[in-house]
Amino acid sequence: MTTCFEIARKIRNREVSAVEVVKATLERIRLVDPKIGAYLQVTEKDALEKAQEIDSRLAKGESVGALAGVPIAIKDNIVTKGVRTTAASRILEGFIPPYDATAVKRLRDADAVIVGKTNNDEFAMGSSTENSGYKVTRNPWDLKRVPGGSSGGSAAAVAADTCAAALGSDTGGSIRQPAALCGVVGLKPTYGLVSRYGLITFASSLDQIGPITKDVRDAATIMNIISGRCENDSTSLEAAAQDFTAHLEEKINGIRLGLPKEYFALSADSEVTKAVQDAARLYENLGAKIREVSLPHTDIGIATYYIIANAEASSNLARYTGIHYSSRQTPETGSGSQIFAQDVIDSTRTLFGREVKRRIMLGTFVLSSGYYDAYYIKALKVQTLICRDFEEVFKEVDALITPTSPTPAFGIGENIEDPLAMYLCDVMTVGANLAGIPAISIPCGFSSRGLPIGMQIIGNRLSEGRILQVARAFERETEFHKKKPRIDTDECG
Amino acid sequence: MNGGACSAGRSRWVEFDSVVSVEIHVQLATESKLFCRCASVYGAQPNTSVCPVCLGLPGSLPVVNREAFELGICAALALSCEVSSICTFDRKNYFYPDLPKSYQITQHYSALGRNGRIEIEDNGGARQIQIDRVHIEEDAGKIVYDETTGESLIDFNRCGVPLLEIVTKPWVTTPEEVYKYLVAIKQVLQYTGVSDCDMEKGNLRCDVNISVMEQGAQEFGTRTEVKNLNSFRAVQKALEYEKKRQIELIRQGKKVVMETLLYDDVSGKTALQRSKEQAQDYRYFPEPDLHPFFISGEWLESVRSKMVELPGARRERFIREYFLPRYDAGVLTGDREIADFFEKCVTLHNSPKVISNWIMGEVMKTLNEKKVSLSDLNLSPAQLVELINLLESGEITNLVAKDVLAAVIETGKSPRDIIAQKGLRQESAEDALRAVVDKVIASNPVPAVEYKKGKKTAAQFLIGQVMKETKGRANPQIVARLVLEALDKAAPENPQK
Repeated sequence: MTTCFEIARKIRNREVSAVEVVKATLERIRLVDPKIGAYLQVTEKDALEKAQEIDSRLAKGESVGALAGVPIAIKDNIVTKGVRTTAASRILEGFIPPYDATAVKRLRDADAVIVGKTNNDEFAMGSSTENSGYKVTRNPWDLKRVPGGSSGGSAAAVAADTCAAALGSDTGGSIRQPAALCGVVGLKPTYGLVSRYGLITFASSLDQIGPITKDVRDAATIMNIISGRCENDSTSLEAAAQDFTAHLEEKINGIRLGLPKEYFALSADSEVTKAVQDAARLYENLGAKIREVSLPHTDIGIATYYIIANAEASSNLARYTGIHYSSRQTPETGSGSQIFAQDVIDSTRTLFGREVKRRIMLGTFVLSSGYYDAYYIKALKVQTLICRDFEEVFKEVDALITPTSPTPAFGIGENIEDPLAMYLCDVMTVGANLAGIPAISIPCGFSSRGLPIGMQIIGNRLSEGRILQVARAFERETEFHKKKPRIDTDECG
Repeated sequence: MNGGACSAGRSRWVEFDSVVSVEIHVQLATESKLFCRCASVYGAQPNTSVCPVCLGLPGSLPVVNREAFELGICAALALSCEVSSICTFDRKNYFYPDLPKSYQITQHYSALGRNGRIEIEDNGGARQIQIDRVHIEEDAGKIVYDETTGESLIDFNRCGVPLLEIVTKPWVTTPEEVYKYLVAIKQVLQYTGVSDCDMEKGNLRCDVNISVMEQGAQEFGTRTEVKNLNSFRAVQKALEYEKKRQIELIRQGKKVVMETLLYDDVSGKTALQRSKEQAQDYRYFPEPDLHPFFISGEWLESVRSKMVELPGARRERFIREYFLPRYDAGVLTGDREIADFFEKCVTLHNSPKVISNWIMGEVMKTLNEKKVSLSDLNLSPAQLVELINLLESGEITNLVAKDVLAAVIETGKSPRDIIAQKGLRQESAEDALRAVVDKVIASNPVPAVEYKKGKKTAAQFLIGQVMKETKGRANPQIVARLVLEALDKAAPENPQK
């Protein structure tokens, strides 16, 4: 299994060239992605050019960045300069951003090689990537099942080894849940730690960009590159720069880990519960202190999340009108008759998919006069209570261990007609978004069907270093993250 | 006025008051826009001062421009407002092509300043107009309609420029007083450098609300909103029209409907704005991309200490220090540039009244004719003072001085150079003048005769002719003396002539 760390090391030592690595990646994509459908776009030419440039600098003995030559995929709701970015929506079909997201720019500055844009649920709204306006992405572990969402493409690409790592975004679990369903690592940082500049906004107060990787060390390495104050994002934190890899290999003796009972009650699948409980026992053997804790407002987390997120989304997506960029759908009229701007706006916005429209309507409703106090303001108050739950709990423990997703990957088409069932995929992940605290999902087992199960570790604000350390401790003792899916690349099937 | 009172209407003998509230949007004179680093420009090529943020491109985020805030604070202080220590922003959501994000970032639930006031002159005294709130928001783009193609084009240069919204409390007033209020606001904002307040350039926009009520009534009537007001005078005229219209409606027993009207400057009337069926629900909610902005006591004090002398205070000082009449002081301090110019002149030449006369006279006349501001005029305090010195020393006459001033402005040369070049020095040499006097008397025999007969005013004609002959350069006092001498000396009337 080639990690970012390994690839970067080999390229720096000139054991392998950046061009060789990129070519191998592109070849793997050609071979495997037709089955998976993780990529919306492969930026072959740009990737090879960047790789060549890196090799030539190495040949001259010049220094290169920490991720030199490492092939990384970017979720398509993160803007990439000069490269079409659609947020998997038809309404942005022709959109070519004139600028890079800060996170992308920092990866480029570290000499990472961007190999393509990955599929996601349209505007990051969904838990299965089935809401993409372009294509279905399949879970590499079982092609009839979803990879999770909304960063399903990124998670599937990492799991299928069609890139070394990927960027995703997480608003209610969109990095962690697909990571769990695809058997890879996914980290949602503390709100404000990674710049949102260039992330096509879904919910301003909840969104975060984060890494999806093959192991914990890679997640920490990428965090070192992409996190930190950004002057283009007013919600970006002033926190001092950290080295997230610094304490990875330290022992976790005496660490206090909590198991929130409400989360385990929500777990619909006994295999999932068992896998996480086994993990808790392993931690105990490593010297951690395990106890049951309570997060009393867990049950209203989903309702709170969907009110706040949809309210903000209804406003954030109002800019997609076809007036000044992206696809414009002009209404059909007789020749010579006037077309009014409002008609263009109305007609263009029919390009949104059903789930997006649903959420815009819900969000508009909760912000509308007469309902604003009863829904939006109320939800903000409940959000405060949820934050307090976590504050209280972190006085007793250092981190929380929970399942990431109530079930392993479900079948394509299984939940798509039932929006509420789909929303319930997020029950274990939305809490961390609402509280703005960091959470990571790592592989912790497999179901009897051979589907990955993910364990979530949640920490207090700005405790990424600690949760990465806790995650790494588990990884050191297990081999789950090393297992790879067998992707049938024969013509039939 | 007809006598008949309508049965359901109000008698024509009932008097009405008008109640007005004024909403002004001024563009702040910042270098850059409110939430991005684009330059705040006027008159540039369309869409050349734009970026992902002010275009509302996917993934873009706002970042507050501190300079804009400082100007806003300055305005709030100048208007005697209570300045909030915490500033938050809100989104106002609506669809319109000139609004790229389909929401405007504004302040709805909070305001930069509240409960301010401004003084206006009221029949020799002063009156305080109450200001309800002052807040900051971003401007939208500009839509231009192309007649030839029938297309509407949008220029986003203006999008994101910082605006200050100043809203008065509704008060019982007259259209004329509202005009004075606008003039007073403009003066304060110009003085503090907050804005140029030029309605022509679009950096000041004004909407008004007006209702009428019977004098002595306790409740305000239903108000209408009037928009599309492009000058202060238009505001006054629109209010006059609307007041009359509403009173007439009520007198006829009809009700005033709460609606938005557009003013048409050509006809002088207000008319219903095309279809606005329901009241807009803007779904205001706190802007999640911007955290609350703190205004510390220290920052407030630093802004206060840097603030310039406000118009009212300056006017009083001019009266005190320069012994100017109230009227002069008022005119000079009406415009900060003119007041600054005046004071510079006085430091060069300590004759405040003379300088005041020249500025209020010839200089301001020129500004009005050319429709420019003082900074655009080619005239420096040094030049004006030089001119005044030349006049006072007798080197040129008053008439010539006015021409010289015009020439200075035209060419930028100094008065001395112009006088030398055109040979405009006052002709005081008596011999030269006597020759002209004699010539003029000789060519105009009739006035000389009339003078002899006792018509003294005939001399004036001759004096005028001499001045004309010398192209105004002759010293008038000397000419007058010489003409009278010549006439008195003339041969007694000869019946044969």
